[in-house]
Amino acid sequence: MSYVCTPKIRAKHILKMENLVQFVEQQFVSKNELIQFNAGDTIIVSYKIREGNKERIQNFQGVVIQRRGQGTTETFTVRKISDGVGVERIFPVKSPFISEIKVVKRGKVRRARLFYLRDAIGKNARIKEKKVAR
Amino acid sequence: MTSIFSEEGKNIACTVVEAGPNVVTQVKTIENEGYESIQLAFGEKKEKNTSKALKGHFQKAGTTPKAKVVEFKEFSEAKALGDTITVDLFQVGDFVDVVGTSKGKGFQGVVKRHGFGGVGMQTHGQHNRLRAPGSLGASSFPSRVFKGMRMAGRTGGERVKTQNLEVVAVFPEKNIIVLKGAIPGPKGGFVIIEK
Repeated sequence: MSYVCTPKIRAKHILKMENLVQFVEQQFVSKNELIQFNAGDTIIVSYKIREGNKERIQNFQGVVIQRRGQGTTETFTVRKISDGVGVERIFPVKSPFISEIKVVKRGKVRRARLFYLRDAIGKNARIKEKKVAR
Repeated sequence: MTSIFSEEGKNIACTVVEAGPNVVTQVKTIENEGYESIQLAFGEKKEKNTSKALKGHFQKAGTTPKAKVVEFKEFSEAKALGDTITVDLFQVGDFVDVVGTSKGKGFQGVVKRHGFGGVGMQTHGQHNRLRAPGSLGASSFPSRVFKGMRMAGRTGGERVKTQNLEVVAVFPEKNIIVLKGAIPGPKGGFVIIEK
């Protein structure tokens, strides 16, 4: 880019590009509406797996430790302890392979990213349940 | 950049490019200029920021002042002065090359600039030369450093061509094409798309 311009005009340029990106994302947005969940919640992700021509559903249950990104690039990370080994899996929110998400427990946490759970042992690794007002 | 999901559910990283409408502002011919090419213009520009000479040039083509003017040799279709060229030129599945100016990265060392490996060891007597370039050549012969020796310096901000990007989607109503992968340059930068 060989032109010189003030930051204000430049920002307008980029704003326009972002609008175009949003337009394209809207054209490809998948129809599946997922339940709302946040970091700290325990969820079950039902993930479609294709083997040859067969399709089956695999469940992955764990704690959501982060949500990041926006639009079609938004992802969330689910962590569980499997046979004493910590397993983390990253899912795109808009992935067509996610058939369903169930919230098992709403967690009460004080931050958006729970990376401290990776090092936490015992009582520290628990998340208190959020009391939902009826 | 963004990403979209293909019909098989694959996540494709892609770039959104506003391509057109381009206006033909000059048609060069063998009789007049000695070679054949057409000149395309794109992007709106304020009239008060346009020189009188350029204003006349755009008036001849019957358009408003444009921000970017580029000449294309060996353009596939014959075009007349004042014609517009849109994204209809591209179909989904086409492969295109994209030319742009890469992002400037300032003064960089040889590891980033030329992909040198660095020293690679932290022990065996190494210290504070982890990303050093190493030897520049032999000693008494030739007693000089050869021209073109790769060293540290200004990086980026140069013309880059990215080849064989697939067209994933075309939206003629918004003049948008979506390309698979990344293209050179910053957000909002000008690029040339070659088919």
